[in-house]
Amino acid sequence: MSTAGPAGSIRRAVWRLRWVFLFAILAALPYMLSYSQQEIAVLLVINVLLVCSYRLLTLTGEWSLGHVVIMGVGAYASALLAKQFGIPVPLSMLLGGCMAAAIAALLSFPLFRMKGFYFLIGSFAAGEIIRLIWKRFTDPFGGPKGLKRIDPFPDIETGFLSIDFYEPVNYYFLSLVVVSVSLFILYRIERSRIGLTFHAIHWQDRLAESVGVDTFRYRTLAFVIASFFAGIAGGLYAHYVGAVNPTRFSVDQMVYVLVWAVVGGTTTFHGPILGVVVLTVINEIVLRALGLDTARPLIYGAILILSVLYLPHGLESLGPRLRTRWQLWRSGSAAGGRELA
Amino acid sequence: MNPSGERPILEARGLTRRFGGLVAVNNFSFSVHEGAIHGLIGPNGAGKTTTFNVISGFYAPTAGQVLFRGLDISGRKTSALAAMGLVRTFQGSTLFQEFSVLDNVRVGRHLGARAGFIGRLIGTDRLSERAADAKAMETLDFFGLQELAGEPVSNLPHGHQRMLGMAVALAAEPRVLLLDEPFTGMNPEETRRMMALVRRIRDRGVTIILVEHDMQAVMNLCDIITVMNFGALLVEGAPEMVRNDPAVIEAYLGSTDGAGHAS
Ligand SMILES: Nc1ncnc2c1ncn2[C@@H]1O[C@H](COP(=O)(O)OP(=O)(O)O)[C@@H](O)[C@H]1O
Ligand SMILES: [Mg+2]
Repeated sequence: MSTAGPAGSIRRAVWRLRWVFLFAILAALPYMLSYSQQEIAVLLVINVLLVCSYRLLTLTGEWSLGHVVIMGVGAYASALLAKQFGIPVPLSMLLGGCMAAAIAALLSFPLFRMKGFYFLIGSFAAGEIIRLIWKRFTDPFGGPKGLKRIDPFPDIETGFLSIDFYEPVNYYFLSLVVVSVSLFILYRIERSRIGLTFHAIHWQDRLAESVGVDTFRYRTLAFVIASFFAGIAGGLYAHYVGAVNPTRFSVDQMVYVLVWAVVGGTTTFHGPILGVVVLTVINEIVLRALGLDTARPLIYGAILILSVLYLPHGLESLGPRLRTRWQLWRSGSAAGGRELA
Repeated sequence: MNPSGERPILEARGLTRRFGGLVAVNNFSFSVHEGAIHGLIGPNGAGKTTTFNVISGFYAPTAGQVLFRGLDISGRKTSALAAMGLVRTFQGSTLFQEFSVLDNVRVGRHLGARAGFIGRLIGTDRLSERAADAKAMETLDFFGLQELAGEPVSNLPHGHQRMLGMAVALAAEPRVLLLDEPFTGMNPEETRRMMALVRRIRDRGVTIILVEHDMQAVMNLCDIITVMNFGALLVEGAPEMVRNDPAVIEAYLGSTDGAGHAS
């Protein structure tokens, strides 16, 4: 294959332009969608941050069942800070992320005494306790009904520019900016020595510890960072939908996050993004068109089983596999051509 | 037996470790002097690995103390001990199997490559990382593994994996290095090379404690040997003395599988 020559340099230029293409598509996307599809696109962007932050935690090898509740901590905190203390919404979202991070830091003391299955169960229990607190204390959490009439993201009004974030298109772009910045930070963390250390703890925590890695501290760090960004996702959600309640952050929702991550694959950064995008498209477009959207849990379960059976390395493994097929096919036909000549 | 006067760099005092009813290490004391290659031997199940695990902080002692340069370190975290200069290797190939050879040693540079969180995010850790990479390559060079730097560990033959395990530990710049059966599974040629390397590590000023079943290697390499049996001290002395000690011969012959292959 020629990487020199005109074809190669064009391909390289295209490769360099991929971000421009990607953002062009993302920018054009809402204008191709109906109003209700735009609303779904907003939630999809928020869910991308949720599942990508979840992946950061899984780098250390621990799978939590409390990540959606942690998102809820960010949502409740941001909503309450705005409602009760009149803190401006962008700031309250940031503080909501900090609150989620702080709760994670506290929880890491009991939780990181456990590993594997016990951590999974422990994180579920911790999440249920938090949800119980929301349900039990009507003041300030609103009990089982939760919080309503949460302050929206403030409109931007300047001389030339007026943006009303009640419009899904505008909230879509706001979320896109926040999520892109967050993903960039998550990516940088993974590519740095911190990410190397997370992976090292996953594969051989005793060896990591023996050369000086404080595995408890690094597990906590992964949990705190993941929770911060889950909290930001929660804030974005709360001020968009305008209402939160304990059921919204129940373990059913966590199962969706797990399915996105498993179906997409967690080896690469883009795996979980593929998972959440593909499954959302299937769910919202295909199933809705067929009138099957009430069967969502069933269909998600079936997709999970099918993907574990037939695509154990996730959607992320599909691209490289197709590429090798293609290259084999091309070199095969090239060899065949030479034989003929 | 001990060169008098100077304080031992590492000392176990009355060390005991129980697992339920089983006493794996029983009131065991020994001291290691700076710059020594100190052998720790004994039949299968004598408690050598458990002693390493207690010294290196993986298990807390049930009773007794571990002193490192005069300081009581019993029950401290393994990572804190590594920061003080006490680093151990593992029996078998304990490596980051999914990493490249170089990345394994880069993790070994964890303590040397300090940088803040923000620095890592915005990339101002580049200098310290470059220094860490250079140091990692230097360590690979020392073990003759530099050509394999980019290889995934799983492609390495067993002997090279054992060497890499030692390279990871050495990258952490230990003052005391605890080697758990470094020659197991190596062919005679590899063992000879490895012995030469262990001597060179000692000559760099690293004190070495060695658990090993290859008796010839132990006798050749060690300045002093401590023999354990049933978790307790049996004999301690120079290699020639230990070799001919009737109690040691008795202990090895008495154990069902002898000295040849125990773990
Ligand atoms: N984690 C553990 N739990 C229970 N028993 C253990 C544990 N580790 C070691 N032992 C027991 O302690 C004894 C000493 O083992 P070990 O220190 O591995 O011996 P060596 O390394 O000298 O062969 C053995 O009887 C072993 O079964
Ligand atoms: Mg052993």
